[in-house]
Amino acid sequence: MNWNFEILPDFIFNGLRDGAVYAAAALALVLIFKATTLINFATGELAMLGAFFVYVLNIEQGLWLWLSIAIAMLVSAGIGAAVERALVRPFDPADHLPVVLITLGLFLIINAVAGDVWNYQVRRVNDPFGQFPSWVPNGSELKTSSEGTIACLENADGALAEVAPGTAGADMCEMVGRTFFEVIGARLHYRTIGTWIALALALIALAIILGKTKAGLAFRAVSSNTESARLVGVNTGRTLGFGWALASVFGTLSAALVAPALGGVNPNMMLTILIYALAGAALGGLDSLGGAVIGGLVVGLIKSVLVSWFGVVVLGQAYFSILQLATAFLLILIVLLFRPAGLFGTRRIERV
Amino acid sequence: MTDMMLKAEDLHARYGAVEVLRGLDFEVPDGNVVVILGANGAGKTTTLRALCNMCTTTGTVTMEGDDISRAKTADIVRRGVAHVPQGRGTFPELSVMDNLKIGAYTRKDNEVGADVDRWFEIFPRLEERRDQLAGSLSGGEQQMLAVARALMCRPRLLLLDEPSLGLAPLIIEDLFERFAQLNKETGLTMLLVEQNANLALDMADYGYVIESGEIALHGPADQLKNDPAVQEAYLGA
Repeated sequence: MNWNFEILPDFIFNGLRDGAVYAAAALALVLIFKATTLINFATGELAMLGAFFVYVLNIEQGLWLWLSIAIAMLVSAGIGAAVERALVRPFDPADHLPVVLITLGLFLIINAVAGDVWNYQVRRVNDPFGQFPSWVPNGSELKTSSEGTIACLENADGALAEVAPGTAGADMCEMVGRTFFEVIGARLHYRTIGTWIALALALIALAIILGKTKAGLAFRAVSSNTESARLVGVNTGRTLGFGWALASVFGTLSAALVAPALGGVNPNMMLTILIYALAGAALGGLDSLGGAVIGGLVVGLIKSVLVSWFGVVVLGQAYFSILQLATAFLLILIVLLFRPAGLFGTRRIERV
Repeated sequence: MTDMMLKAEDLHARYGAVEVLRGLDFEVPDGNVVVILGANGAGKTTTLRALCNMCTTTGTVTMEGDDISRAKTADIVRRGVAHVPQGRGTFPELSVMDNLKIGAYTRKDNEVGADVDRWFEIFPRLEERRDQLAGSLSGGEQQMLAVARALMCRPRLLLLDEPSLGLAPLIIEDLFERFAQLNKETGLTMLLVEQNANLALDMADYGYVIESGEIALHGPADQLKNDPAVQEAYLGA
């Protein structure tokens, strides 16, 4: 056994970064589950569509990246609400099977349409957290020299290495770790911090929407007791549409945040992420928003620390890396067997 | 002649293939308390649900002369019908305060806060627990909350579905005293569904007895109380 503790913090940071993405996607699942007690299997594909909107607006139309993300979120919200109105509301909410089948069908359709429009090649996107100004400490590591070579930090020794642009080395250089802080000997990438901040801001916005607005109060009421919500005059259909819109915003956020780390957007980009998000949502309790966040982060940590660090590095078993997805399934299985309500979900107590 | 707050004519209701109400005719005069008595499964709860269009119905329901039988539940609430469903129907994951606020969902005025204070005065226990989740309240407190929440929409007609269910006798008496007081002081019209016939008939002006989805008997409350059939079936005499 080779306890490589000095690289453990790297794995923790990466795990928490992936975890933040899973958390955002898990929130998209939980927002819909809370109100309707059904799993929207098209969550990932709707999010992927959102990431492609960012791609079209930013790369193809040349809009400012953050504006592109904001517009993509709004468009996704509209699509989410439209899906609810057209494909979910006409069906009896007490009968889950038809709606679950519809979301599965939607998953296939969106994936196929996206594949037809944009094909399955990975398309490079801009990293929202890749271009930090030079006054940020350690922020100026990426330099393009006069000869056109790109300088970036190489491995553990921290020395600058020069690679020619357009080569695989340059791609790697841009894809991973061109800007980071050094924290306890590990690289805390700006992208990681940026992902955390973006998730935190989105959570604050969500807390304000749900806690302080009338629509948010109606959403919580419908989630808690749909029948009583109708009896106080809440339009439950419109409120569920609002929930779908919010969920789609979080889905698009997760996809936009993860796209640069995946090397770009492609129609299959959210497939595995949705599995991890599902594991996170199940762990946190499918009807708990806070649980979804913590569950997503924990799944990211498990994947990175338990599987990649302990399995691959410490035990030296490379095959552990292909078990990452299996871990997610295992986690879902364990939660469902021993604690079906998850860590923070409500165990319904029926009073007579 | 008193004005009719609510009038149901030939009201039928069904869940799927099962017909639960088989042609009810009843009236709720403005300012009155009307009680619907009946055994389990007679269709009492369905009657209230049918009035709010929460199940498939045929027949006519008019409120103050306007036909509301095809109106949406939310629009019926906007007209001033508040429904306290069976089993309280509070929002367990919401705080007491949020439960009251959602009760005022259909209102657009800015006196919601004043109304909250008013009901807190009448139900001080709720004020003590304003930030607690409704699910953590006792049965009696939940019933108070359900009533206070229903009153938050400033209803003119209050539908109460077995408010005494599962509560201790002393709490039930206290609750019914408050209902009677509300009716007397504000003129709030109430349609009450109960199995506790004694208390209900004491408070009510008029009563209907339903059996298997049909009205078996009706009359002024005093008269029903002394009816031998009612006494035998519901008053344990």
